[in-house]
Amino acid sequence: MEEALLRAVLFGTPLLLAGLGALLSERGGVVNLGVEGMMALSALVAFAVGLKVHPALGVLAGMGVGALLGLFLGVFAVSLRANQFVAGLALAALGLGASGLLGKRYEGVPLPNPLPEGILAALALALAFGLHLLFSRSRFGLYLRSVGENPKAADLFGVSVDGVRYLALALGGGMIGLAGAYLSLAYRPSWTDGMTAGLGWVAIALVILAAWQPLRAIFGAYLFGLLFFLQFRLQGSVPIPSEAFAAMPYLLVILVLALSGRARAPKALGQPFDRGR
Amino acid sequence: MRWELDPSPSPRKVLLTYALFLSLALLGLGLLFLLYGVPPLKAYALLLSPLTDTLGLAEVMRRTIPLLLIGAGLALAFRIGFFNIGAEGQLLMGAVGAAYVALFVPPGLWSLPLMFLFGGSLGALWAGLAAWLRARFGVNEILTTLMQNYLVYYLVVYLVAGPWKGQMVFGFLYTDRFPPEAQLPRLGDTLVHWPTLVLGMVAAMGLQVLLFRTPLGFEWRVLGENPEAARYLGLKGGRLILLAALLSGFLAGLAGVGEVAGIHLRLLEPAQISLGYGFTAILAAWLARGRPLGVLLTAPLLGLILAGGDALKLALSMPFRVVDVAAGLLLLSFIGAEALSRRRPVWRR
Repeated sequence: MEEALLRAVLFGTPLLLAGLGALLSERGGVVNLGVEGMMALSALVAFAVGLKVHPALGVLAGMGVGALLGLFLGVFAVSLRANQFVAGLALAALGLGASGLLGKRYEGVPLPNPLPEGILAALALALAFGLHLLFSRSRFGLYLRSVGENPKAADLFGVSVDGVRYLALALGGGMIGLAGAYLSLAYRPSWTDGMTAGLGWVAIALVILAAWQPLRAIFGAYLFGLLFFLQFRLQGSVPIPSEAFAAMPYLLVILVLALSGRARAPKALGQPFDRGR
Repeated sequence: MRWELDPSPSPRKVLLTYALFLSLALLGLGLLFLLYGVPPLKAYALLLSPLTDTLGLAEVMRRTIPLLLIGAGLALAFRIGFFNIGAEGQLLMGAVGAAYVALFVPPGLWSLPLMFLFGGSLGALWAGLAAWLRARFGVNEILTTLMQNYLVYYLVVYLVAGPWKGQMVFGFLYTDRFPPEAQLPRLGDTLVHWPTLVLGMVAAMGLQVLLFRTPLGFEWRVLGENPEAARYLGLKGGRLILLAALLSGFLAGLAGVGEVAGIHLRLLEPAQISLGYGFTAILAAWLARGRPLGVLLTAPLLGLILAGGDALKLALSMPFRVVDVAAGLLLLSFIGAEALSRRRPVWRR
């Protein structure tokens, strides 16, 4: 039982981190569908730096890559006012592709000094509470929410809509990068192509399940973690094909999305902001 | 300085913007080649090498077929505001349907038509499910169709490793070979299964006519361009979206039938049936700017990138991921160019 909870938390941690990252930008009105690719690329860079220099520096590098990719998405989604969904999908493909290409030389190389998972798991939990406070107590949180709900009003009050959105994408990208670093430096201290295994997409679903609330994301992430653990544990002991277990998380995402109904998203979510219109 | 909408950009400006973004994409791709350790010019040459001989051209054509079928359907779906990114899964569903008919229905003249019908229907059902979930529960179809991709993936793995595993195969994960009646004819000794190619061209033309020359098409376009107006006119949005979803899923299913009945002649591991046709077709549809007929141009272009990626993979033992990179960069450069060309800088507050 204790083991199940521990594994649930450890497995839920990358989901929580990536989910919080996506949540942050969505509260500001920008959908980030690039999470999977951002995670993959930051996992690779974190691993490479962790292997050649030091794992702690690898974490920073992973976060830096995530933040840069967040800003890169911002060029399209914020400045150019392009379709956010398509830009995110393209970024996902780009990140997955680039990591698969450049990571080939690291495949199968073990990391001699991995980071303890527990510290990063605690950090993720602290980040969730921190985000909650940021949203509810800080001036930046107020700006962020107003930019996500009613950018026109925020603009009239002198808030830089684009600036807030860029900042949210960069900070969120940093968390997504941390999720990638956790995977390649702590959870499974190695690098393989496709090691994110759809976690980025589940993280996007988690945002909806959590109804855009950081504290709810904690429960959602650990619930998914628990289900992943059970799937792993039950495999082989019940007469159900292993493929059914492997497919379970994805089925679960669909079910959860259907059951969580029309959770209220930030009003301006997915819409580029144009002062002139 | 800030950017204002430019409602009618001059053709010269549009052209220049696209050229700028395309060169940025090529630069980015070249940088990745360098980081990987390959001279960019050599890599570009290999990427275009399929154009230089008939065998290469046949490779381009065979990769064009699924992109044409899927892309035409997606161009329609995107236009209406149904972001179907599950074509990959719908294609696999089509392959499953085709394999079922080929393996378990007594072979005859009816085999191939039945395979197309059943495979297409399974693909349609799979896309329709996402449309229904959106209409009934308000679930975002981007996420459902994406998750559905993974579900079919494991369904196919289960089938080829379990109940449908061939009697004649031993260590491998695939079904028995389809009977001759369930195999599509090909052009000469290439892998171009021409009936599917014809289907794809007919689909692109048919959807174009449907979208621009019929009352249904008018309703679709109103819904896609101005949902508010559609509501005001009393159009049934849910039903219109469901219909478009079914059509695009059906076409993706047909693409899956073509892949197994025209190339592999058996059901096999999902990653070998499709290396991302579903995603590349999104690009084909997006490049065609919501015109199904435009896919007749963009599908061969992307077919070339896929075939060129193969050449790169073979010549430099590069991971196939290079195609994802090229597709992602192209897509970004395209949407960036489209967005920027419709704006102009204004030098005042």
